Amino acid sequence: MVEPVSGRRIRILMAKAGLDGHDRGVKVVARALRDAGVEVIYTGLHQTPEQVVSAAVQEDVDGIGLSLLSGAHMTLFPRILELLKERGAADIVVFGGGTIPQEDAEILKQAGVAQIFTPGTSTDTIVGWVKERFGGRTAAA
Amino acid sequence: MAIAAASQNLVDGILAGSHRAAAKAISLIENDERASEQLIRRLYPQTGNAYTVGLTGPPGAGKSTLVDDIAQIARGDGESVGIIAVDPNSPFSGGAILGDRIRMMRHTVDPDVFIRSMGSRGHLGGLAVATSQARDVLDALGMGYVILETVGVGQSELEVAELADTTVVVLMPGLGDSVQTIKAGIMEIADIFVINKADHPALARTAADLRELLRLDPRQRAWTPPIVKTVATNEDGVHELWQAILKHRRFLEEKGGLKERRRRRLERQVVEIAARRLREEVLVPSTEASGFRRAVQAVTDRRLDPYAAADQLMEEGAKRVAAGS
Repeated sequence: MVEPVSGRRIRILMAKAGLDGHDRGVKVVARALRDAGVEVIYTGLHQTPEQVVSAAVQEDVDGIGLSLLSGAHMTLFPRILELLKERGAADIVVFGGGTIPQEDAEILKQAGVAQIFTPGTSTDTIVGWVKERFGGRTAAA
Repeated sequence: MAIAAASQNLVDGILAGSHRAAAKAISLIENDERASEQLIRRLYPQTGNAYTVGLTGPPGAGKSTLVDDIAQIARGDGESVGIIAVDPNSPFSGGAILGDRIRMMRHTVDPDVFIRSMGSRGHLGGLAVATSQARDVLDALGMGYVILETVGVGQSELEVAELADTTVVVLMPGLGDSVQTIKAGIMEIADIFVINKADHPALARTAADLRELLRLDPRQRAWTPPIVKTVATNEDGVHELWQAILKHRRFLEEKGGLKERRRRRLERQVVEIAARRLREEVLVPSTEASGFRRAVQAVTDRRLDPYAAADQLMEEGAKRVAAGS
Protein backbone atom coordinates (compact mmCIF):
# COMPACT_ATOMS: atom_id res chain seq x y z
CA MET A 1 0.00 0.00 0.00
CA VAL A 2 1.13 3.51 -0.69
CA GLU A 3 1.57 6.12 1.96
CA PRO A 4 -0.85 9.02 1.74
CA VAL A 5 0.98 11.47 -0.49
CA SER A 6 0.76 15.18 0.06
CA GLY A 7 1.79 17.85 -2.39
CA ARG A 8 0.37 19.14 -5.60
CA ARG A 9 -0.99 16.98 -8.41
CA ILE A 10 -1.52 18.09 -11.97
CA ARG A 11 -5.30 18.13 -12.55
CA ILE A 12 -6.65 17.98 -16.10
CA LEU A 13 -10.26 17.99 -17.24
CA MET A 14 -10.79 15.82 -20.31
CA ALA A 15 -13.92 16.59 -22.27
CA LYS A 16 -15.83 15.69 -25.39
CA ALA A 17 -17.88 18.65 -26.54
CA GLY A 18 -20.79 18.86 -28.90
CA LEU A 19 -22.23 16.17 -31.17
CA ASP A 20 -19.35 13.75 -31.12
CA GLY A 21 -19.60 10.20 -29.82
CA HIS A 22 -16.07 9.03 -30.54
CA ASP A 23 -14.48 8.65 -27.12
CA ARG A 24 -11.81 6.04 -27.71
CA GLY A 25 -9.03 8.57 -28.20
CA VAL A 26 -9.90 10.66 -25.15
CA LYS A 27 -10.00 7.54 -22.99
CA VAL A 28 -6.57 6.40 -24.23
CA VAL A 29 -5.10 9.81 -23.42
CA ALA A 30 -6.87 9.95 -20.03
CA ARG A 31 -5.43 6.57 -19.15
CA ALA A 32 -1.92 7.59 -20.25
CA LEU A 33 -2.10 10.74 -18.11
CA ARG A 34 -3.34 8.70 -15.14
CA ASP A 35 -0.33 6.42 -15.53
CA ALA A 36 1.89 9.52 -15.51
CA GLY A 37 0.52 10.60 -12.11
CA VAL A 38 -2.06 13.12 -13.31
CA GLU A 39 -5.52 13.43 -11.75
CA VAL A 40 -7.82 13.31 -14.75
CA ILE A 41 -11.42 14.45 -14.40
CA TYR A 42 -13.38 12.88 -17.22
CA THR A 43 -16.76 14.46 -17.96
CA GLY A 44 -18.11 12.13 -20.62
CA LEU A 45 -19.74 12.80 -23.97
CA HIS A 46 -21.85 15.58 -25.49
CA GLN A 47 -20.83 18.44 -23.23
CA THR A 48 -21.68 22.04 -23.98
CA PRO A 49 -18.89 24.63 -23.67
CA GLU A 50 -20.78 26.04 -20.65
CA GLN A 51 -20.68 22.63 -18.93
CA VAL A 52 -16.99 22.17 -19.71
CA VAL A 53 -16.06 25.57 -18.28
CA SER A 54 -18.23 25.26 -15.16
CA ALA A 55 -16.76 21.84 -14.44
CA ALA A 56 -13.22 23.14 -15.00
CA VAL A 57 -13.83 26.00 -12.54
CA GLN A 58 -15.33 23.74 -9.85
CA GLU A 59 -12.56 21.18 -10.26
CA ASP A 60 -9.87 23.90 -10.24
CA VAL A 61 -7.96 22.16 -13.02
CA ASP A 62 -4.68 23.31 -14.51
CA GLY A 63 -5.88 22.57 -18.02
CA ILE A 64 -8.77 21.47 -20.20
CA GLY A 65 -8.02 18.81 -22.79
CA LEU A 66 -10.69 18.85 -25.47
CA SER A 67 -11.13 15.95 -27.88
CA LEU A 68 -12.84 16.89 -31.13
CA LEU A 69 -13.53 14.58 -34.04
CA SER A 70 -16.66 16.31 -35.26
CA GLY A 71 -15.28 19.21 -37.29
CA ALA A 72 -16.73 21.78 -34.90
CA HIS A 73 -13.35 22.79 -33.47
CA MET A 74 -13.40 26.31 -34.93
CA THR A 75 -16.60 27.02 -32.96
CA LEU A 76 -16.05 25.09 -29.73
CA PHE A 77 -12.45 26.03 -28.85
CA PRO A 78 -13.03 29.81 -29.19
CA ARG A 79 -16.28 29.56 -27.23
CA ILE A 80 -14.54 27.78 -24.36
CA LEU A 81 -11.73 30.38 -24.30
CA GLU A 82 -14.33 33.14 -24.24
CA LEU A 83 -16.30 31.56 -21.38
CA LEU A 84 -13.14 31.05 -19.33
CA LYS A 85 -12.41 34.75 -19.69
CA GLU A 86 -15.96 35.63 -18.63
CA ARG A 87 -15.59 33.47 -15.51
CA GLY A 88 -12.26 35.07 -14.59
CA ALA A 89 -10.56 31.74 -15.21
CA ALA A 90 -8.42 32.55 -18.24
CA ASP A 91 -5.41 31.06 -16.42
CA ILE A 92 -6.86 27.59 -17.12
CA VAL A 93 -4.91 26.34 -20.14
CA VAL A 94 -6.87 24.92 -23.08
CA PHE A 95 -5.37 22.26 -25.32
CA GLY A 96 -6.84 19.59 -27.50
CA GLY A 97 -6.62 16.97 -30.12
CA GLY A 98 -8.47 15.28 -32.91
CA THR A 99 -9.08 15.57 -36.62
CA ILE A 100 -8.04 19.19 -36.92
CA PRO A 101 -6.37 20.43 -40.12
CA GLN A 102 -2.98 22.10 -39.73
CA GLU A 103 -4.17 25.51 -40.95
CA ASP A 104 -7.04 25.46 -38.42
CA ALA A 105 -4.63 24.42 -35.66
CA GLU A 106 -2.47 27.47 -36.38
CA ILE A 107 -5.46 29.81 -36.18
CA LEU A 108 -6.60 28.20 -32.91
CA LYS A 109 -3.13 28.54 -31.41
CA GLN A 110 -3.07 32.22 -32.28
CA ALA A 111 -6.47 32.55 -30.61
CA GLY A 112 -5.07 31.14 -27.36
CA VAL A 113 -5.27 27.34 -27.57
CA ALA A 114 -1.98 26.17 -26.07
CA GLN A 115 -1.45 23.05 -28.19
CA ILE A 116 -3.26 20.86 -30.73
CA PHE A 117 -2.37 17.18 -31.12
CA THR A 118 -3.35 15.66 -34.45
CA PRO A 119 -3.93 11.97 -35.35
CA GLY A 120 -0.80 9.86 -35.07
CA THR A 121 0.61 11.70 -32.04
CA SER A 122 1.98 9.25 -29.48
CA THR A 123 0.67 9.30 -25.93
CA ASP A 124 4.27 9.85 -24.79
CA THR A 125 4.34 13.14 -26.68
CA ILE A 126 1.10 14.29 -25.04
CA VAL A 127 2.18 13.17 -21.56
CA GLY A 128 5.55 14.88 -22.00
CA TRP A 129 3.88 18.12 -23.04
CA VAL A 130 1.43 18.05 -20.11
CA LYS A 131 4.20 17.40 -17.58
CA GLU A 132 6.38 20.16 -18.98
CA ARG A 133 3.56 22.66 -19.24
CA PHE A 134 1.96 22.03 -15.84
CA GLY A 135 4.60 20.26 -13.77
CA GLY A 136 6.47 23.37 -12.66
CA ARG A 137 3.56 25.28 -11.17
CA THR A 138 3.06 25.34 -7.45
CA ALA A 139 -0.09 25.31 -5.34
CA ALA A 140 0.43 28.87 -4.20
CA ALA A 141 0.71 30.23 -7.73
CA MET B 1 2.14 37.34 5.31
CA ALA B 2 1.49 36.17 1.77
CA ILE B 3 -0.34 33.05 2.95
CA ALA B 4 -2.60 35.03 5.27
CA ALA B 5 -3.53 37.53 2.56
CA ALA B 6 -4.17 34.80 0.00
CA SER B 7 -6.38 32.81 2.35
CA GLN B 8 -8.30 35.95 3.37
CA ASN B 9 -9.02 36.59 -0.33
CA LEU B 10 -10.29 33.04 -0.70
CA VAL B 11 -12.44 33.36 2.41
CA ASP B 12 -13.97 36.62 1.15
CA GLY B 13 -14.68 34.96 -2.19
CA ILE B 14 -16.26 31.89 -0.63
CA LEU B 15 -18.52 33.98 1.61
CA ALA B 16 -19.56 35.97 -1.50
CA GLY B 17 -20.57 32.68 -3.14
CA SER B 18 -17.71 32.39 -5.64
CA HIS B 19 -17.31 28.88 -7.03
CA ARG B 20 -13.85 29.81 -8.24
CA ALA B 21 -12.74 30.75 -4.72
CA ALA B 22 -14.27 27.60 -3.22
CA ALA B 23 -12.52 25.47 -5.85
CA LYS B 24 -9.15 27.16 -5.19
CA ALA B 25 -9.64 26.71 -1.44
CA ILE B 26 -10.27 22.98 -1.84
CA SER B 27 -7.08 22.65 -3.91
CA LEU B 28 -5.16 24.46 -1.19
CA ILE B 29 -6.56 22.05 1.40
CA GLU B 30 -5.56 19.08 -0.76
CA ASN B 31 -2.05 20.35 -1.41
CA ASP B 32 -0.82 22.40 1.51
CA GLU B 33 -1.57 21.57 5.12
CA ARG B 34 -0.09 24.75 6.61
CA ALA B 35 -1.95 27.11 4.31
CA SER B 36 -5.20 25.21 4.80
CA GLU B 37 -4.99 25.74 8.58
CA GLN B 38 -5.00 29.52 8.01
CA LEU B 39 -7.95 29.15 5.69
CA ILE B 40 -10.08 26.93 7.93
CA ARG B 41 -9.45 29.13 10.96
CA ARG B 42 -10.90 32.08 9.09
CA LEU B 43 -13.76 30.08 7.58
CA TYR B 44 -14.81 28.14 10.66
CA PRO B 45 -17.18 30.72 12.21
CA GLN B 46 -19.23 30.59 8.99
CA THR B 47 -19.72 26.82 9.02
CA GLY B 48 -22.21 24.54 10.74
CA ASN B 49 -25.26 25.26 8.60
CA ALA B 50 -25.10 22.55 5.94
CA TYR B 51 -26.65 19.13 6.45
CA THR B 52 -24.23 16.38 5.44
CA VAL B 53 -25.35 13.18 3.74
CA GLY B 54 -22.84 10.38 3.09
CA LEU B 55 -23.26 7.72 0.43
CA THR B 56 -21.13 4.62 0.54
CA GLY B 57 -21.20 1.14 -0.94
CA PRO B 58 -19.34 -1.20 -3.28
CA PRO B 59 -18.00 -0.12 -6.69
CA GLY B 60 -20.65 -0.04 -9.38
CA ALA B 61 -23.59 -0.07 -6.95
CA GLY B 62 -24.84 3.20 -8.43
CA LYS B 63 -23.69 5.77 -5.88
CA SER B 64 -22.91 8.53 -8.38
CA THR B 65 -26.20 8.12 -10.21
CA LEU B 66 -28.07 8.23 -6.90
CA VAL B 67 -26.18 11.38 -5.88
CA ASP B 68 -27.25 12.92 -9.18
CA ASP B 69 -30.89 11.95 -8.53
CA ILE B 70 -30.80 13.24 -4.94
CA ALA B 71 -29.34 16.55 -6.14
CA GLN B 72 -32.13 16.83 -8.70
CA ILE B 73 -34.86 16.34 -6.08
CA ALA B 74 -33.16 18.59 -3.53
CA ARG B 75 -32.94 21.34 -6.15
CA GLY B 76 -36.65 20.87 -6.82
CA ASP B 77 -37.20 21.56 -3.12
CA GLY B 78 -35.19 24.76 -3.50
CA GLU B 79 -32.12 23.43 -1.68
CA SER B 80 -28.57 24.16 -2.80
CA VAL B 81 -26.28 21.15 -3.02
CA GLY B 82 -22.54 20.65 -2.67
CA ILE B 83 -21.09 17.32 -3.75
CA ILE B 84 -17.68 15.81 -3.00
CA ALA B 85 -17.14 12.59 -4.92
CA VAL B 86 -14.04 10.57 -4.05
CA ASP B 87 -12.34 8.09 -6.40
CA PRO B 88 -9.10 6.21 -5.79
CA ASN B 89 -5.63 7.27 -6.97
CA SER B 90 -3.39 4.66 -8.53
CA PRO B 91 -1.04 3.13 -5.95
CA PHE B 92 1.55 2.89 -8.75
CA SER B 93 1.54 6.24 -10.54
CA GLY B 94 -0.40 8.37 -8.06
CA GLY B 95 -2.63 9.43 -10.94
CA ALA B 96 -6.39 8.98 -11.10
CA ILE B 97 -9.39 8.95 -13.37
CA LEU B 98 -12.05 10.85 -11.47
CA GLY B 99 -15.23 9.85 -13.26
CA ASP B 100 -18.11 10.23 -10.78
CA ARG B 101 -18.98 13.56 -12.30
CA ILE B 102 -20.01 11.96 -15.61
CA ARG B 103 -23.28 10.94 -13.95
CA MET B 104 -23.91 14.45 -12.63
CA MET B 105 -23.24 16.69 -15.63
CA ARG B 106 -26.84 17.96 -15.85
CA HIS B 107 -26.14 19.93 -12.64
CA THR B 108 -22.86 21.42 -13.78
CA VAL B 109 -24.14 24.79 -14.96
CA ASP B 110 -26.56 25.19 -12.03
CA PRO B 111 -25.07 27.94 -9.82
CA ASP B 112 -26.66 26.32 -6.75
CA VAL B 113 -24.83 23.04 -7.25
CA PHE B 114 -21.08 22.64 -6.71
CA ILE B 115 -19.47 19.34 -7.63
CA ARG B 116 -15.89 18.46 -6.79
CA SER B 117 -14.10 15.25 -7.70
CA MET B 118 -11.41 14.25 -5.25
CA GLY B 119 -8.67 11.63 -5.41
CA SER B 120 -8.26 9.61 -2.21
CA ARG B 121 -4.46 10.05 -2.60
CA GLY B 122 -3.62 6.86 -0.78
CA HIS B 123 -5.89 7.44 2.20
CA LEU B 124 -7.68 4.23 3.11
CA GLY B 125 -10.89 5.17 4.96
CA GLY B 126 -13.07 5.58 1.85
CA LEU B 127 -12.58 9.35 1.70
CA ALA B 128 -9.57 11.64 1.26
CA VAL B 129 -7.71 13.44 4.04
CA ALA B 130 -9.00 16.71 2.58
CA THR B 131 -12.69 15.68 2.46
CA SER B 132 -13.61 16.94 5.92
CA GLN B 133 -12.21 20.44 5.35
CA ALA B 134 -13.55 20.56 1.79
CA ARG B 135 -16.94 19.86 3.37
CA ASP B 136 -16.41 22.92 5.57
CA VAL B 137 -15.68 25.01 2.46
CA LEU B 138 -18.96 23.98 0.79
CA ASP B 139 -20.77 24.60 4.07
CA ALA B 140 -19.36 28.15 4.19
CA LEU B 141 -20.19 28.60 0.50
CA GLY B 142 -23.79 28.39 1.66
CA MET B 143 -24.79 24.94 0.43
CA GLY B 144 -27.86 23.65 2.28
CA TYR B 145 -26.84 20.04 1.74
CA VAL B 146 -23.39 18.56 1.27
CA ILE B 147 -23.30 15.06 -0.18
CA LEU B 148 -20.15 12.97 0.31
CA GLU B 149 -19.68 10.04 -2.04
CA THR B 150 -16.99 7.56 -0.99
CA VAL B 151 -14.77 5.48 -3.22
CA GLY B 152 -16.26 2.07 -3.95
CA VAL B 153 -15.77 0.38 -0.59
CA GLY B 154 -15.44 -3.13 0.77
CA GLN B 155 -16.34 -3.81 4.35
CA SER B 156 -14.24 -1.65 6.60
CA GLU B 157 -14.08 1.87 5.14
CA LEU B 158 -16.27 3.60 7.68
CA GLU B 159 -14.93 7.14 7.81
CA VAL B 160 -17.94 8.61 6.04
CA ALA B 161 -20.13 7.82 9.04
CA GLU B 162 -17.88 10.04 11.16
CA LEU B 163 -18.45 13.02 8.86
CA ALA B 164 -22.05 12.58 7.75
CA ASP B 165 -25.22 13.46 9.63
CA THR B 166 -27.07 10.78 7.66
CA THR B 167 -25.20 7.79 6.23
CA VAL B 168 -26.72 5.93 3.30
CA VAL B 169 -25.31 2.49 2.49
CA VAL B 170 -25.97 1.56 -1.12
CA LEU B 171 -26.13 -2.16 -1.93
CA MET B 172 -27.29 -4.11 -4.92
CA PRO B 173 -28.97 -7.48 -5.38
CA GLY B 174 -26.84 -10.59 -5.45
CA LEU B 175 -23.84 -9.31 -3.52
CA GLY B 176 -23.57 -12.32 -1.25
CA ASP B 177 -25.45 -14.64 1.04
CA SER B 178 -26.98 -13.86 4.41
CA VAL B 179 -23.67 -14.30 6.23
CA GLN B 180 -22.32 -11.21 4.46
CA THR B 181 -25.06 -9.13 6.02
CA ILE B 182 -24.19 -10.11 9.58
CA LYS B 183 -20.51 -9.29 9.23
CA ALA B 184 -19.21 -6.32 11.12
CA GLY B 185 -18.36 -3.01 9.52
CA ILE B 186 -20.17 -1.23 6.78
CA MET B 187 -23.52 -2.86 7.56
CA GLU B 188 -23.43 -1.28 11.02
CA ILE B 189 -23.06 2.34 9.97
CA ALA B 190 -26.19 2.71 7.82
CA ASP B 191 -28.93 5.13 8.81
CA ILE B 192 -30.63 4.20 5.54
CA PHE B 193 -30.11 1.17 3.32
CA VAL B 194 -30.61 1.44 -0.41
CA ILE B 195 -30.89 -1.60 -2.63
CA ASN B 196 -30.19 -0.11 -6.03
CA LYS B 197 -30.69 -1.96 -9.33
CA ALA B 198 -33.92 -3.22 -7.75
CA ASP B 199 -35.15 -4.51 -11.09
CA HIS B 200 -32.69 -7.41 -10.73
CA PRO B 201 -34.25 -10.86 -10.06
CA ALA B 202 -32.14 -11.37 -6.90
CA LEU B 203 -33.85 -8.39 -5.23
CA ALA B 204 -36.27 -10.44 -3.09
CA ARG B 205 -33.47 -12.49 -1.57
CA THR B 206 -31.23 -9.50 -0.85
CA ALA B 207 -34.10 -7.57 0.70
CA ALA B 208 -35.08 -10.56 2.85
CA ASP B 209 -31.49 -11.00 4.08
CA LEU B 210 -31.30 -7.32 4.95
CA ARG B 211 -34.63 -7.32 6.78
CA GLU B 212 -33.43 -10.33 8.75
CA LEU B 213 -30.26 -8.47 9.71
CA LEU B 214 -32.27 -5.55 11.01
CA ARG B 215 -34.76 -7.79 12.85
CA LEU B 216 -31.95 -9.58 14.68
CA ASP B 217 -30.17 -6.37 15.70
CA PRO B 218 -29.96 -6.67 19.50
CA ARG B 219 -29.44 -2.94 19.99
CA GLN B 220 -32.62 -1.23 21.16
CA ARG B 221 -32.48 1.59 18.69
CA ALA B 222 -34.87 4.49 18.43
CA TRP B 223 -34.15 4.60 14.69
CA THR B 224 -34.41 1.49 12.56
CA PRO B 225 -32.74 1.99 9.18
CA PRO B 226 -35.34 1.83 6.43
CA ILE B 227 -34.64 -0.21 3.30
CA VAL B 228 -35.29 1.81 0.14
CA LYS B 229 -35.39 0.07 -3.24
CA THR B 230 -34.26 2.13 -6.20
CA VAL B 231 -33.46 1.92 -9.88
CA ALA B 232 -31.31 5.02 -10.02
CA THR B 233 -31.00 5.13 -13.81
CA ASN B 234 -34.82 5.43 -14.09
CA GLU B 235 -35.12 7.59 -10.96
CA ASP B 236 -37.40 4.89 -9.49
CA GLY B 237 -37.56 5.05 -5.71
CA VAL B 238 -35.35 8.11 -5.40
CA HIS B 239 -38.18 10.26 -4.02
CA GLU B 240 -38.63 7.64 -1.30
CA LEU B 241 -34.88 7.87 -0.63
CA TRP B 242 -35.05 11.66 -0.31
CA GLN B 243 -38.04 11.33 2.02
CA ALA B 244 -36.10 8.80 4.12
CA ILE B 245 -33.18 11.25 4.38
CA LEU B 246 -35.54 14.06 5.46
CA LYS B 247 -37.23 11.75 7.96
CA HIS B 248 -33.88 10.76 9.48
CA ARG B 249 -32.89 14.40 9.67
CA ARG B 250 -36.14 15.27 11.49
CA PHE B 251 -35.58 12.33 13.82
CA LEU B 252 -32.06 13.54 14.69
CA GLU B 253 -33.16 17.13 15.09
CA GLU B 254 -36.15 16.34 17.28
CA LYS B 255 -34.45 13.79 19.53
CA GLY B 256 -31.27 15.81 19.97
CA GLY B 257 -29.17 13.23 18.12
CA LEU B 258 -27.88 15.70 15.56
CA LYS B 259 -26.22 17.94 18.14
CA GLU B 260 -24.74 14.90 19.83
CA ARG B 261 -23.36 13.46 16.56
CA ARG B 262 -21.81 16.75 15.63
CA ARG B 263 -20.39 17.29 19.12
CA ARG B 264 -18.71 13.88 19.03
CA ARG B 265 -17.33 14.58 15.54
CA LEU B 266 -15.81 17.90 16.64
CA GLU B 267 -14.44 16.33 19.81
CA ARG B 268 -12.64 13.72 17.68
CA GLN B 269 -11.36 16.43 15.38
CA VAL B 270 -9.94 18.52 18.23
CA VAL B 271 -8.25 15.50 19.78
CA GLU B 272 -6.78 14.54 16.39
CA ILE B 273 -5.32 18.00 15.84
CA ALA B 274 -3.93 18.10 19.38
CA ALA B 275 -2.41 14.63 18.99
CA ARG B 276 -0.74 15.65 15.73
CA ARG B 277 0.65 18.81 17.33
CA LEU B 278 1.90 16.91 20.37
CA ARG B 279 3.66 14.52 18.06
CA GLU B 280 5.12 17.13 15.72
CA GLU B 281 5.93 19.86 18.22
CA VAL B 282 6.77 17.96 21.40
CA LEU B 283 7.52 14.28 20.86
CA VAL B 284 9.48 14.43 17.60
CA PRO B 285 11.77 17.27 18.83
CA SER B 286 12.32 15.31 22.05
CA THR B 287 13.72 12.41 20.05
CA GLU B 288 16.61 14.73 19.17
CA ALA B 289 17.74 14.78 22.81
CA SER B 290 20.78 12.70 23.73
CA GLY B 291 18.79 10.95 26.49
CA PHE B 292 16.50 9.47 23.84
CA ARG B 293 19.43 8.06 21.85
CA ARG B 294 20.80 6.44 25.02
CA ALA B 295 17.38 5.01 25.80
CA VAL B 296 17.05 3.52 22.31
CA GLN B 297 20.51 1.98 22.66
CA ALA B 298 19.40 0.49 25.98
CA VAL B 299 16.31 -0.96 24.29
CA THR B 300 18.54 -2.41 21.56
CA ASP B 301 20.77 -4.05 24.23
CA ARG B 302 17.69 -5.38 26.06
CA ARG B 303 18.63 -3.36 29.18
CA LEU B 304 15.42 -1.38 28.85
CA ASP B 305 12.02 -2.35 27.44
CA PRO B 306 10.26 -0.18 24.81
CA TYR B 307 7.51 0.89 27.23
CA ALA B 308 9.99 2.26 29.76
CA ALA B 309 11.81 4.11 26.97
CA ALA B 310 8.49 5.61 25.81
CA ASP B 311 7.84 6.81 29.38
CA GLN B 312 11.25 8.51 29.36
CA LEU B 313 10.42 10.17 26.03
CA MET B 314 7.15 11.49 27.44
CA GLU B 315 8.93 12.85 30.52
CA GLU B 316 11.37 14.64 28.22
CA GLY B 317 8.40 16.04 26.27
CA ALA B 318 6.68 17.19 29.47
CA LYS B 319 9.88 18.99 30.47
CA ARG B 320 9.96 20.75 27.10
CA VAL B 321 6.35 21.86 27.55
CA ALA B 322 7.03 23.07 31.10
CA ALA B 323 10.06 25.03 29.84
CA GLY B 324 7.75 26.65 27.31
CA SER B 325 9.80 25.64 24.30
